[in-house]
Amino acid sequence: MRRNIAFISIALCLAVNAAVVATNISFAQDKSVPEKDSLKPASAFQSISDEKQRSVALFEEAGKVIQHPRCVNCHPVGDRPLQDIAMHPHQPPVSRGEAGMGLPGMTCNTCHGAENVKVVGQAETIKSIPGNPNWHLAPIEMAWEGKTLSYICKQIKDPQRNGGKSLDGIIEHMAHDDLVGWGWSPGEGREPVPGTQKAFGELIQAWIQSGAACPS
Amino acid sequence: MVTFKLNGQERSFDGDPETPLLWVLRDFEKLTGTKYGCGIAQCGACTVHMDGTTRRSCITPVSTVDGSEIVTIEGVTGKEADAVRKAWVAIDVPQCGYCQSGQIMSAVSLLQMTPKPTDADIDGAMAGNICRCATYHRIRQAIHDAADILEG
Repeated sequence: MRRNIAFISIALCLAVNAAVVATNISFAQDKSVPEKDSLKPASAFQSISDEKQRSVALFEEAGKVIQHPRCVNCHPVGDRPLQDIAMHPHQPPVSRGEAGMGLPGMTCNTCHGAENVKVVGQAETIKSIPGNPNWHLAPIEMAWEGKTLSYICKQIKDPQRNGGKSLDGIIEHMAHDDLVGWGWSPGEGREPVPGTQKAFGELIQAWIQSGAACPS
Repeated sequence: MVTFKLNGQERSFDGDPETPLLWVLRDFEKLTGTKYGCGIAQCGACTVHMDGTTRRSCITPVSTVDGSEIVTIEGVTGKEADAVRKAWVAIDVPQCGYCQSGQIMSAVSLLQMTPKPTDADIDGAMAGNICRCATYHRIRQAIHDAADILEG
């Protein structure tokens, strides 16, 4: 009798374990990265033989990052940054001020420190305050909000609107700038931009090496 | 160990480096003039000066103030602070008063950088300081009055 109970117990344990494993697998599958959250590597575009078409395709892929709210929120068309995945106006109502660092008495670093900070208050929507040592708004001539990818593409290449950067300077900025890199590590409660900064930098590099063509 | 200057005096804190500066001020330094409002940098009640500019102490890990100079409502001095105090008292700006130390720290900072602020300058500087009693009209008036006092 005791043996039978032991046997049933073992069988039950195995069944429960199997169910747990199955649940984990199914959970892992559910968590697979959706298409919009993934970033194809530059190598995925090598099969496009027409160089211009390849270049356009590379930039369109990079556009998943460029047009993500995490990036556009600090490239607003007005003086007030945007916030959240819904891209609502920044709350509190701050303004770009000189050099995109805010206004006297209410500069960006009044709230944004050198790194992301988990908040102590209980809030449904704000889990952390984003931060970076260089936290600031992109200059108005670099506004991306509401622009098409075609417009942004031409804008990024234009030294009058890209901070005087050469094409190599653009690669360096996209691939290595620390504030750009924040987009992949935006802090608790925030969806990161797709892929990695390395993969994004390689897309931009491949785009420029293939002629930096823009989508029509 | 975090070491910083607080209202002109060297202070140190050897607790959890992630402790918000506001906790250190209120619970360890017993400087309770700086208030907890929201804990998510949305209301401005916890405003202090850090190295000469406004800073929300509720979202400032104490580790990040190492080597910095912190000024609270208890220690703010200078001609701008004097003018703000005088102007605030003259027209009885506060109602319940809870937000006022944050309001004053922002107002002093504004006047230090912009001695003769316009309405737009005031709106810009004070936008992050919420007043539940809606004393905004008196706050704005008092800042203009303080600017006049500074002008002499």
